[in-house]
Amino acid sequence: MSVPQYRKAAALALVAGLGLSLTACSTKSDDGDSNAGGKVTITVDCQPVGSQKELLQNWNADVAEFQRQNPDIVVKSVSVGEQCNNPPDFTARLAGGTVTDVFYGYMTDLQQVLDSGQAMDITEYANKENVPTWDSVDPALKEVFTDGGKLYAVPVKNYSMGLVYNKVLFQQAGLDVNNPPKTWADVRAAAKKISALGNGVAGYSEYSAGNTGGWHFTALLYSQGGQVLTPDGKKADFNNPMGRQVLQNLKDMRYGDNSMGARQLLQWGDLLTNAAAGKVGMFIGAPDATQAIVSQFQGKFQDWAMAPMPGQDGPAKGTLGGGEGYFFKKGLTPEQVKAGLKWIAYQKLTPGKGQFDYVRAKPQNYPVGLPQPLLFANGSEAQKQELELRKANANLDTANFALFEATPVPIKGEPRNAQAIYAVLDAAMSGVLTNPNANVDALLKTAEDKVNQLLAAES
Amino acid sequence: MAITTAPGTTRPGRPARPYPAPPRPSSGFGRKVRDNLTGHAFLIGAVVCFAVFSWYPMIRGVVMSFQRTRRGETTWVGWDNYLRILDDPSFWPAWKNTIYFTVLALVLGYAVPFFVAILLNEFRHAKGYLRILVYLPVMLPPASALFLFKYYAYDPSEAGLFNAVLKALHLPTSEWMQSPEMTMPAMVIASTWMNMGSAVLIYLAALQNIPGELYEAAELDGAGIWRRIVNVTVPQTRLILLLLAMLQIVATMQLFIEPLILANGAGAEDSATSVAYLIYQHGFFQNDLNGAAALGVIMLVVLAGFSAVYARLTAKQD
Repeated sequence: MSVPQYRKAAALALVAGLGLSLTACSTKSDDGDSNAGGKVTITVDCQPVGSQKELLQNWNADVAEFQRQNPDIVVKSVSVGEQCNNPPDFTARLAGGTVTDVFYGYMTDLQQVLDSGQAMDITEYANKENVPTWDSVDPALKEVFTDGGKLYAVPVKNYSMGLVYNKVLFQQAGLDVNNPPKTWADVRAAAKKISALGNGVAGYSEYSAGNTGGWHFTALLYSQGGQVLTPDGKKADFNNPMGRQVLQNLKDMRYGDNSMGARQLLQWGDLLTNAAAGKVGMFIGAPDATQAIVSQFQGKFQDWAMAPMPGQDGPAKGTLGGGEGYFFKKGLTPEQVKAGLKWIAYQKLTPGKGQFDYVRAKPQNYPVGLPQPLLFANGSEAQKQELELRKANANLDTANFALFEATPVPIKGEPRNAQAIYAVLDAAMSGVLTNPNANVDALLKTAEDKVNQLLAAES
Repeated sequence: MAITTAPGTTRPGRPARPYPAPPRPSSGFGRKVRDNLTGHAFLIGAVVCFAVFSWYPMIRGVVMSFQRTRRGETTWVGWDNYLRILDDPSFWPAWKNTIYFTVLALVLGYAVPFFVAILLNEFRHAKGYLRILVYLPVMLPPASALFLFKYYAYDPSEAGLFNAVLKALHLPTSEWMQSPEMTMPAMVIASTWMNMGSAVLIYLAALQNIPGELYEAAELDGAGIWRRIVNVTVPQTRLILLLLAMLQIVATMQLFIEPLILANGAGAEDSATSVAYLIYQHGFFQNDLNGAAALGVIMLVVLAGFSAVYARLTAKQD
């Protein structure tokens, strides 16, 4: 072949190859089709990633056992990262239509999932037949995933926030580990003593970036008895004495007492990394924050305990609650929806199985005994079974969470359009934590105007 | 299987012609296509790649900016998304921050590489090593480089690298990314350190193309270093300087990864919010892909307008 012809052939091969690649890209995978060879196939995300060895082994064992019990169902697992819902990635998959048949999402994601047109109404399928413990699942959690009377997801986890504190630092600072702070004034006094230990230790630590600042502002506001939006959801409702108190408490600790450390603009992983390194005395979080400290940031379980959310002058008037669930992709066949529900029921909602297989989890490096997830309604049969199993197999000192469990605080859900509002409130939080001359009233007014504009634009 | 003669072109009694016969007459367009078949075939690959991964998303972005998707239903909403974005309280601060960064980057990030290149050009020894040293940061993944700055250089405590140096020199320390006033300068320093290697190499190449006689002549005329730079180096590298200025402005206006990593997003009191970060916020955190598309189009128009004006001005100068 002469050189020009060789080039011509190479060019044509290149074009053909490119064409084939594009065709391959645009060809819809038939992995998720139902009834392939008489079997129903579903794709499910949030499979643990390779580095989470034990969790991955557990997941794979659950899939194998579930398929053995349901020979007509094939579960194809997909990993989407260690944190199953990384908002930018989740949004991209929703917009691109590449979510799995049964996909993980936060309680605050309902609106976004509905807007993307990817949500399937599963109301008629969510029943005892497909999910044996369905009647035990807390109705308030089902309500969170319901819109216009239609159910779009199955709750699989629920949390509420409290005060997480480091017992070692408490002891070093001469504080009583069995009598943690009950009010924000107590928190301030304790933070002062802990930060006096020096060595870069923050008595109390708080978020102010990556939307986590707004998330915690909301939690702190709930503890004051406040709310982020008016009940009709049309106006901001935090530019008031309660919102002012939230920011003032933080400003007093940060600049009045210098008890919050020099490093600010923290977001989720930053604070937990510092906490795992023994540099944080107290922060607010859910029980599974301790799990993250241990499994992701190399901390120790025995160092941590949890108390109820502090209030301004007495017990907290509310605490923020949230959680997660599994949505179903629009266009699934009824068989696929039923198969997906059966899988979720087996892996997430059955005491003794999947996430509640405490016998299996006990010897592993994952906690058994945390007061979480709060999935089942008080007094329900499933709750009784789950609590008994949890108690019998606890691998951590449940006394560390006894105060938190024994003093329940009314749980309030996150506001509508939570992430957009949190982004705005980050600026108020970063203001009081990075500027000694921050004007609390001006920060709240600016945030209020922004949220009101945002809500007006949304409507 | 090379063909040297076309069938039927030889005549009896005469030797075969050493060249192929001219092709049969055909339309000009067809002939052009045939003549350049190889070139076109290679071009198709590039065109398809651009079309699929650049042009289509751009067109789709423009279309999306006039639509609104709610409950899976997409409707045309005219200029609503644009009006909504203009009403966003972060819109003007984001532009202000971005322009501030661009100006600072032009002062620092544009001048420093040029002078570093002049300096490197003057060195007679260890040239190669110095070039590698200057280029090394470019080879670091940007995220890693920025994390280095975030956790080591810009640590607001006295343990931070910069603060430790400032303290040793008895100079006032800074809270760096936690101070709204220092946010932008700190981002420009990090960005310049990360990116200047490429610009230095381009300037160096341009500098080495300047004939040595020009410097000799200038020296004979009694010109010092500064005069030689102003009267020889700058005019001789003017085209490269102008081109890099435009590329730099277009690149710095798209400021994104610096606020995302150094400032964890918006920074202290929104001091780090850039236009590109605002697009990201709308698209990925506020369930507002259409608003993000509108802001993207606004940015495209601004940058395209700037590039057009710039091209026109520099063309006139030439």
